[in-house]
Amino acid sequence: MRLLTHNMLSSNIKGVSNGFPLRIEVEKVVEKQVDLNADFLRNMFPKIEWKAFVDAAKTIGYAELLEEVDSFALESEEFLNKFHHALLELHLEEGALVCPETGRRFPVSKGIPNMLLHEDEV
Amino acid sequence: MKLKQLEGLLGGLQQFSNAKVELEQYPTGPHIASRMLFTAENSFGDISSKVVADFGCGCGTLGAAAALLGAEHVIGIDIDSQSLEIASLNAEDLELDINLIQCDVKNLGWRGQTVDTVVMNPPFGTRKKGADMEFLSVALKIASQAVYSLHKTSTRDHIKRAALRDFNASSAEVLCELRFDVPQLYKFHKKKEVDIAVDLWRFVPKVNQGKGD
Repeated sequence: MRLLTHNMLSSNIKGVSNGFPLRIEVEKVVEKQVDLNADFLRNMFPKIEWKAFVDAAKTIGYAELLEEVDSFALESEEFLNKFHHALLELHLEEGALVCPETGRRFPVSKGIPNMLLHEDEV
Repeated sequence: MKLKQLEGLLGGLQQFSNAKVELEQYPTGPHIASRMLFTAENSFGDISSKVVADFGCGCGTLGAAAALLGAEHVIGIDIDSQSLEIASLNAEDLELDINLIQCDVKNLGWRGQTVDTVVMNPPFGTRKKGADMEFLSVALKIASQAVYSLHKTSTRDHIKRAALRDFNASSAEVLCELRFDVPQLYKFHKKKEVDIAVDLWRFVPKVNQGKGD
């Protein structure tokens, strides 16, 4: 699972008012190279919750992103490379996503998070 | 990529080994899947360089088609772990990067309209009434650009009314009518193969202001 997916997914347990961002527990991270698409990154940038993204990247071992960035950064090739790498090339392969309000763990196995809810959570 | 080439690649994908009737698992055949995604890309530019989600992805045919047509990020969501395993193998075979999530689509937790396009072949709601409408409702909440979906032609008026009145659609258009071959997967199927008329829809969601919910 890429950090881009993590940046969109939230916990939807009954009664939880803000299930985003899910905390990450890491057992294994894998890297898969993909071609950089600068237009895609520029379009995506305003839709990203930046703080959640930077924190998630740090948690899975990538600390090269700054906490505060503005859209001028998108002119820099160095920035685009780092943004691309963290957003699309790092995958949480094994571990868990944890609901920030309830602490409920959603296991991640072979890169697939299991977000199925129990009957009493719907 | 040419249509025939896309259809050929999708034809090589593994499908359900034992379909589950309660989930209305019918494979989306390569003929329909390739035409659906080809139209989305070539007539509307909704696939290439986009974030595309495949709802009820099953073995991942629509998601794979999106990735083959140049989607930048593809997310496949399904409730069934066996289907996801096959989807994962299918993606690997074609060397495609697809993010899979095990989730009941109707309970999906998502941060706003951060996906560009949703593609889906939802359960038609024959066994579980309203299942296709639950999918459509969620799809129109998380897509910012378009939702492509297949629904039985017999439900056309109902779909249109619900999409525009109850869900988040600003437009709802039938692009074409297709014949969906449902092979004899289940014991209750008396005929060897049944042909049902389905509509390929394109819905445009209203875009809510601001990011997040």
